[in-house]
Amino acid sequence: MTDLPGGSTQLFVGLHLIHEVTSPQAFAALEDKGLKVMCPERTIATVDHIVPTVTQERPFSDPLAEEMLATLEINCENHGIHLYGLGSGSQGIVHVIAPELGLTQPGMTVACGDSHTSTHGAFGAIAFGIGTSQVRDVLASQSLAMNKLKVRRLLFEGELNQGVYAKDLILHVIRTLGVKGGVGYAYEFAGPAIEKLSMEERMTICNMAIEGGARCGYINPDQITFDYLKSRKYSPKNHQWGKAISWWSDLSSSEDAIFDDEITFNATNIEPTVTWGITPGQGIGISESIPLPKTLESSERFIAEEAYKYMNLKAGNPISGVPIDVCFIGSCTNGRLSDLKAAAQIAKGHKVANGVKAFVVPGSEKVAKAAKKEGLDKLFQEAGFEWREPGCSMCLAMNPDKLEGSQISASSSNRNFKGRQGSASGRTLLMSPAMVAAAAIKGHVTDVRDFINKQNQ
Amino acid sequence: MCKKLQFPEGKIKKIIGQCITITGDDIDTDRIIPARFLKCVSFNNLGDQVFADDREELKGSHPFDQEQNKNASILIVNDNFGCGSSREHAPQALMRWGIRGIIGESFAEIFYGNCISLGIPCATSDKRTIQNIQKNILTRPERIWELKIKELSFHSKGFNYKIKIENGPLEMFQTGRWDGTSQLVAQTEKLNKKLKTLPYLNHFKDVKL
Repeated sequence: MTDLPGGSTQLFVGLHLIHEVTSPQAFAALEDKGLKVMCPERTIATVDHIVPTVTQERPFSDPLAEEMLATLEINCENHGIHLYGLGSGSQGIVHVIAPELGLTQPGMTVACGDSHTSTHGAFGAIAFGIGTSQVRDVLASQSLAMNKLKVRRLLFEGELNQGVYAKDLILHVIRTLGVKGGVGYAYEFAGPAIEKLSMEERMTICNMAIEGGARCGYINPDQITFDYLKSRKYSPKNHQWGKAISWWSDLSSSEDAIFDDEITFNATNIEPTVTWGITPGQGIGISESIPLPKTLESSERFIAEEAYKYMNLKAGNPISGVPIDVCFIGSCTNGRLSDLKAAAQIAKGHKVANGVKAFVVPGSEKVAKAAKKEGLDKLFQEAGFEWREPGCSMCLAMNPDKLEGSQISASSSNRNFKGRQGSASGRTLLMSPAMVAAAAIKGHVTDVRDFINKQNQ
Repeated sequence: MCKKLQFPEGKIKKIIGQCITITGDDIDTDRIIPARFLKCVSFNNLGDQVFADDREELKGSHPFDQEQNKNASILIVNDNFGCGSSREHAPQALMRWGIRGIIGESFAEIFYGNCISLGIPCATSDKRTIQNIQKNILTRPERIWELKIKELSFHSKGFNYKIKIENGPLEMFQTGRWDGTSQLVAQTEKLNKKLKTLPYLNHFKDVKL
């Protein structure tokens, strides 16, 4: 919109998404300043982080969680903001519901008080997470102050092999470029391997750009994007549809676009990837061993030592075979229908190993409905998985779903930080939903490709 | 109990006080403030909960629990501090504990922006300098330091280190315009123009097929 003192740019926000965790203080600050919400119709709310997934009856048994949802409901009511609440048919994790409602569209600027807003870049949108003060700013002015980002294009030749998923691709990027490799950059994912991916796979990749330090992920919109958006609730309709495609198509980075930086990967070389440590960058291929300190850059050794100790895993040992206590399938990274299907394909006809707690949390009410229609709930339950109600669940454990003590989880979520999953000594191994399902059945980390090979025989 | 504190306001020219050091790269916001403390509708009580799990683990020997650090207002950190979630609860917790400025090797982007909007300068310096400062502070925690914004210096008797602050925030702190809501709200005309011209807000009516 305009340049601001201090050299930042005032950026118009086309779509503002809010949830119960990072918005209450923003509304309070807005009211303190005597300001109103400038464009209430450009903000959409849902509830996701704190909702229980076993029963969602109100009031919640946790009074703090109940207070947070009640506050969101009052704020939305007072300011004329639409809330997709529990039981609305469209409630779910904010980064799952906005795309499935067709709210996220190419060329939009999308902001939300949640770092995984980078997800929406999969549509050719500029999307990034903001803090609560910025949520206040967006409510007040439908805009925010932002510095220009450099763009690094990550070009993927080849294609992902069977049993290797979008999650593996992004974990591979983060292990290669590091958790701060993307600071100051937006990551544009491109190349033949990306062009073949579905929108849900593309969302998984952009979702975790932030774990590589890049505030935005981005993928050029194409026919796959347009096909996904067609006929969704907020998508352009009738005669507007053709015009929208025309405008969206013009947005793509052209063939001769110049990037600040470019790195080429070969997707064919990526294998199922698992984190072994306490940052998403501490990942290895399933056939590899936990790295020895001497094989690491000197700058990585300090945190590696901290990780061996915290994870109670030994350098030099293979990651395959590490016993698992809890298996979690869900989150804004991997809680969509295709994720559940990929996991179900592995779980089908098997049983969860003795002593392992495994549960599946659909990313939204729509995902849950579609999965039930395909019988996935029954399939998982027959295999010994619990089938839950939609929410963020054990990705960040702001709800009853938590690890206990030093339990170790195989998780399809996005962060393996110390204490992330609700226990100060709980341990997290990040991997694809199919890999989580395979770990649930074996009771330890295992190569999902062995399951697929057997099925193919 | 948390101390009674005055939060940053207006022009920020310098920060004077004792320092506290947290060692290690990639300290994420889940560590600064674990997610269970995000179950609140106000930031008021976060000061007591900063680094809760790390402090619990160290049973009183964490820097934020050590008696000699209780009045510290400048935090010294290493690389990629504040990575992870966008939760403003992280800088809010640090601020409500008493931190008014941070010096480190580098900061994660969202955390950095959140600090600016609270009036907490994040200055940087190279690895060696930071490690020197940290060593210095651990030896003499009672020493008083001065972080000067315009001069880009961090000094105490007998020591003077050069620090960096990006030009934008540097200007914002000196002019007191780090709290940007009013500037943004003032652009109503430009905003209305945007609302009338963006294709997706106007049924794509001016787009040619």
